[in-house]
Amino acid sequence: MPARSDGEWRLALPVAAFFALFFVAPLGVLFVVSLFAEPTMQTLALRQYTRFLGDRLHLGILVDTLVLGVKATLVCLLLGYPLAWVIARARPRVQSLLVFVVILPLLTSVVVRTFAWIVILGRQGILNKTLLAVGLIDEPVRLLFTEPGVVMVLAQVQLPLMILPLLTTFQRIDPHLADASAALGAGQWRTFARVIAPLSLPGVAAGCVLVYAACVTAFVTQTLIGGARLVWVPLFMYQQATGANDWPFAAAISIVFMFAVLFVVVLINAAGRGRRALVHG
Amino acid sequence: MAERRRLDLDELSFRVVVGALSTAAVVVLVAPTVIVLLTSLTASASLRFPPDGLSFRWYRALAGAGQLQRAAGNSLYVAVVATAASAVLGTLGALGIARSRSRWARALDALFMSPLLLPALAFGFAALMAFSLAGLRLSWLTLAIGHIVVCAPIVVRTAVAALAQLDPALLESSASLGAGRLYTFRRVTLPLISRGIAAGAFLAFMASFDNVPVSLFLSDARTEVLPIHLWQIIETNLDVRAAAASGVLIVFTLLVMLLAERLAGLSRQLR
Repeated sequence: MPARSDGEWRLALPVAAFFALFFVAPLGVLFVVSLFAEPTMQTLALRQYTRFLGDRLHLGILVDTLVLGVKATLVCLLLGYPLAWVIARARPRVQSLLVFVVILPLLTSVVVRTFAWIVILGRQGILNKTLLAVGLIDEPVRLLFTEPGVVMVLAQVQLPLMILPLLTTFQRIDPHLADASAALGAGQWRTFARVIAPLSLPGVAAGCVLVYAACVTAFVTQTLIGGARLVWVPLFMYQQATGANDWPFAAAISIVFMFAVLFVVVLINAAGRGRRALVHG
Repeated sequence: MAERRRLDLDELSFRVVVGALSTAAVVVLVAPTVIVLLTSLTASASLRFPPDGLSFRWYRALAGAGQLQRAAGNSLYVAVVATAASAVLGTLGALGIARSRSRWARALDALFMSPLLLPALAFGFAALMAFSLAGLRLSWLTLAIGHIVVCAPIVVRTAVAALAQLDPALLESSASLGAGRLYTFRRVTLPLISRGIAAGAFLAFMASFDNVPVSLFLSDARTEVLPIHLWQIIETNLDVRAAAASGVLIVFTLLVMLLAERLAGLSRQLR
């Protein structure tokens, strides 16, 4: 064994060099630039960080973005979890059809998927027309350029990222466990709550991490559905970087944002693992 | 008797809730694609669903949309270059880390996966600043490099998964029969992991073709890519040509996906 894999890791060296040069070094530049006090980059100071974190308005944008991700992830979980369960239990032919239905949107351009929702959510859109026809509303509701609209679209656009890891987890759960639970007299809900749900937690955590990270950074969906008045971190950072040409500030925003997202991702992972330890212990 | 009824209610309510939510999920997954396709066939000049009359006029209008075509050509060019480079780099990277348990290999694994975890927008901005401070002007090369950074990890992931399923005994028998390392790689390893590499390359291609966060910073007027151009059309004047272009993209995605499924078993690689 050692003789064979001996020195094999050296194959990765050119790739490592590429990543060091074009990924790690730029991130280093990002950090260094964030330490400059002014766009002309003369003096070093932590001013950009206090400017972002010390301002109610700026801090509000950060919090709004993190919360937006939580809302969209929860909607995604609500829709994705049952479908993943159905797919895992479906007959092979139905299963491959449903997997196809999940993967096609995943591979379709995000711009295209978001664009579809403009047609659906607009004042003259399908949703408004349907709700008017059914009589649930008297006049068109504003859905585009509102936060609930963005949450809905984000949840839809990222739904495949939730379903795929859940599907993998469900397929690994021994079907005999549910049968055993039923044989012991537990109903469907009880079996679900006591057997299936705890065992699926790693998949839930994996799906939530992917969806959350995708939702908070979804520049296209946030700008097209949210419009210009609803500003979340990606658009704000982009405006500072290109519109205002304030590189140090945009760099500091990027770094704070990266760590904030990383923090939430670690929290989600810890929640998934912590519960699993409880189940097995 | 009462017990029996309670059980039925339990079963029924479970089925209704799961059924309703998963049906909603399927509708929500399928509807946008169908709606874009139908909207793009409208005969009128406004985006409306259901469309007012059917026609291919907006698809014909694409033939005259020079800027859109140029952007599509640019995207295709960058995606092909980025995919080819990602396939080579990703395979090398995977070969280096997949079977080694050393600390270095673990560290490299984390390094190769991190572009997938970090917000790509931050990386795009960082790359813009790095190139500009290094005195490099934005070009095809800098755009392709940015795309390779976010696409190569996808190939690393699928190639590592393929290598993990490779039986080491095969490599040992090849070696004991006197084959050199390169010969073993060419005749044993590569054929066995080629589906994994191909699946990764397909995903990398789609990721590059659809990339916005990196292109937003690294492409300029000359290298404008399709998703950015479409984003601008939709944001500024919401032209029906955007629907027709979306329709073309959907059909294109569908074809690439069917090809990938045939050649590389794509749907199995994604799970």
